[in-house]
Amino acid sequence: MTMLTTELKAEAENLNFYYGSVQALKNINLSVERRKVTALIGPSGCGKTTFLRCFNRMHDLYPHNRYEGRIILYPDKINIISPEIDPIEVRMQISMVFQKPNPFPKSIYENVAYGLRVRGISKKGILDEAVEKSLRGAALWEEVKDRLNSLAVDLSGGQQQRLCIARALATDPRILLFDEPTSALDPTATSKIEELIIELKNEVTIIIVTHNMQQAARVSDYTAFMYLGEIIEFDKTDKIFTAPSSRLTEEYITGRFG
Amino acid sequence: MKRTVSRKIKERIIETGLFLCALSSVFITLSIVVILTYESYGFFKEVSVVEFFTGTTWTPLFAEPKFGILPLVSGTLLITAISLMVALPVGLISAIYLSEYAPHKLRETIKPVLELLAAVPTVVYGYFALLFLTPLLQKILPDLSGFNAISPGIIMGVMIVPYVSSVSEDAMKAVPMYIREGSYAMGATKLQTAFKVVIPSAFSGIAAAFIMGISRAIGETMVVAIAAGMMPNFTINPMEPVQTLTSYIVQVSLGDVPHGTIEYKTIFAAGMVLFLMTLFFNIIGFWLRKRIREAY
Repeated sequence: MTMLTTELKAEAENLNFYYGSVQALKNINLSVERRKVTALIGPSGCGKTTFLRCFNRMHDLYPHNRYEGRIILYPDKINIISPEIDPIEVRMQISMVFQKPNPFPKSIYENVAYGLRVRGISKKGILDEAVEKSLRGAALWEEVKDRLNSLAVDLSGGQQQRLCIARALATDPRILLFDEPTSALDPTATSKIEELIIELKNEVTIIIVTHNMQQAARVSDYTAFMYLGEIIEFDKTDKIFTAPSSRLTEEYITGRFG
Repeated sequence: MKRTVSRKIKERIIETGLFLCALSSVFITLSIVVILTYESYGFFKEVSVVEFFTGTTWTPLFAEPKFGILPLVSGTLLITAISLMVALPVGLISAIYLSEYAPHKLRETIKPVLELLAAVPTVVYGYFALLFLTPLLQKILPDLSGFNAISPGIIMGVMIVPYVSSVSEDAMKAVPMYIREGSYAMGATKLQTAFKVVIPSAFSGIAAAFIMGISRAIGETMVVAIAAGMMPNFTINPMEPVQTLTSYIVQVSLGDVPHGTIEYKTIFAAGMVLFLMTLFFNIIGFWLRKRIREAY
C-alpha cells in the first residue's frame, strides 16, 4: 500500500461492522484524501455499500447493527462512528447520493432547500442563493431555472439524480458519498454524472461505490478493491487498473469473476 | 364423447351460478337506487324542491307538516364535524407512530387492539355516549342537555379512529425506504422526515383514509339515534339535541307510518340526500385511492 502524502480527510481504522451476528466488514483500513475521488469496487455482496453507509451512519436507522473500530474525520479528528456522536450531526456534514434517484414529492426548489430547511434556515435570500449555487454545481441550473416550482418527480431520471446531487451539495458537505449513482441511468445521463463528479472534486471530497470498473477508472484518483468484506487492495487508480499487486484484484478487473 | 358433454354442462351450470351471485349485488344496488329515485319522485310531486332544500323546519309528522331538510343536514354535518375533529388527528397521529416510530413487536401488538375498536357493536358505543360520556361532560358543562351532539360526536370519532389510522398507516408504510433514507441522509430527524417527506409522499392515501372516515361518520346511525336526541334542530350548537338524516330514517321506519303517505315518502327523500352525500365522498375517495397506486 502506498503512503498518502497529501492532506487526509477521513481514515477508517480497524473497522468491523456487523448486521446482527453476521460480520459484513472485516478489519477495514482506508485513508480518504481531501478533494480526491476514492472509488470502492468489488463483486456484489463484497461490503462496498455497507462500508460507504458507515460514513454517514445510515446503519443506525436499523436495529441490531454494530460498528467496531474507528472512522476519523479530519481536521477535527473525531471518531464519527463512536456511539457518543449523534448520527444526525454526522449526516449534517457528510451527504449522500443514492443508487436510485430519490427526490421528495416537492418542488425542485424545495428539494434543494430541504437540507437547509431541516437545519432551521428559512430566510428566502439565503435559500435562493444556495438553491441556485447548488443547481449550478450539479449542472442542472440551465435546465430548470424557469420551472423551479414544478414537481421534482416530473424530471427525467438523469435530471432527478443531478437534483439529488444538488440537494446533497446545498448543505456544503465535507464529504459526498455516492452509492452506485448511475446504475439506474442511461449512458448519456451516466456520462453527465461522471463529468460532474470529476468537476466536483475541486470542491468536495468524494467516495463512490460502483460496480462499473470503467467508471471507477474514469472518475477516481484512488480505488479500493473489496472482496468478502475485506479490502484486498487499495492504491492509486492507475496502479490498480494497470499493475494490481494482488492476483484477486487482477482477476476481478480483467472480468474473470464478479 | 358423452363425458365431455356432461362436463361441459356441469361447467356451464357452475358458471351461471357464479354469475348470478355476482349479479345479485349489482342488482340490489341498482334496485335501491331505483326505489329511492322513484319514491323521492313521488315525494317531490307533493313538496317543492325549493322548500325541501331551503326550509329550516322539519316537522313531517305534525298536523301542519313542514318539509325543510336543512335541520337534518345540519345535524348530520355537525356530528360528522365533531367526530372528525377527534378521528382525523388521533387517527393520523396513531398512524405516524405505528408506521415511523413503533418498534416492530409493539406495532404488531397495538395494531390488532386498535382494530378491535372497529369490532365493538355501534349500539354499545351509543349507550356508552348516552350513559357514560354525557354525564361525564355534564360535570364540566352543567348546561349540557341529556341528549346532545357533542357526546355522540366524540364517541363516533373514537369509533372511526381505527379506519383512519389503519388506511393512513398502510399508505405511509407503502412509502419506499429509500425516500426516507434520502431525508435522513440530509441530517433530518425522525419527526422532520415523517412530516416533511413521508406524509407528503403518502398524501393521496391519507386523504383517502380521511374521506373514508367522513363517509363512515355521515352514514353512522346507531350512536346518534341513541345519544343525540331525535330532535330536528337547525343549529351549530353542539350542546343541543339534534337529529341526523340516519336517525330520522330510523325513527320513521320504526313507527307505524302508513305505506304510501307523504310521511312515508320522507324516508326516501332523506335517504336520497344521505345516499348522495356518501356517494360524493366515496367517489372522491375512490379517485384518490386510484392516484396512490400511480405514485410509485
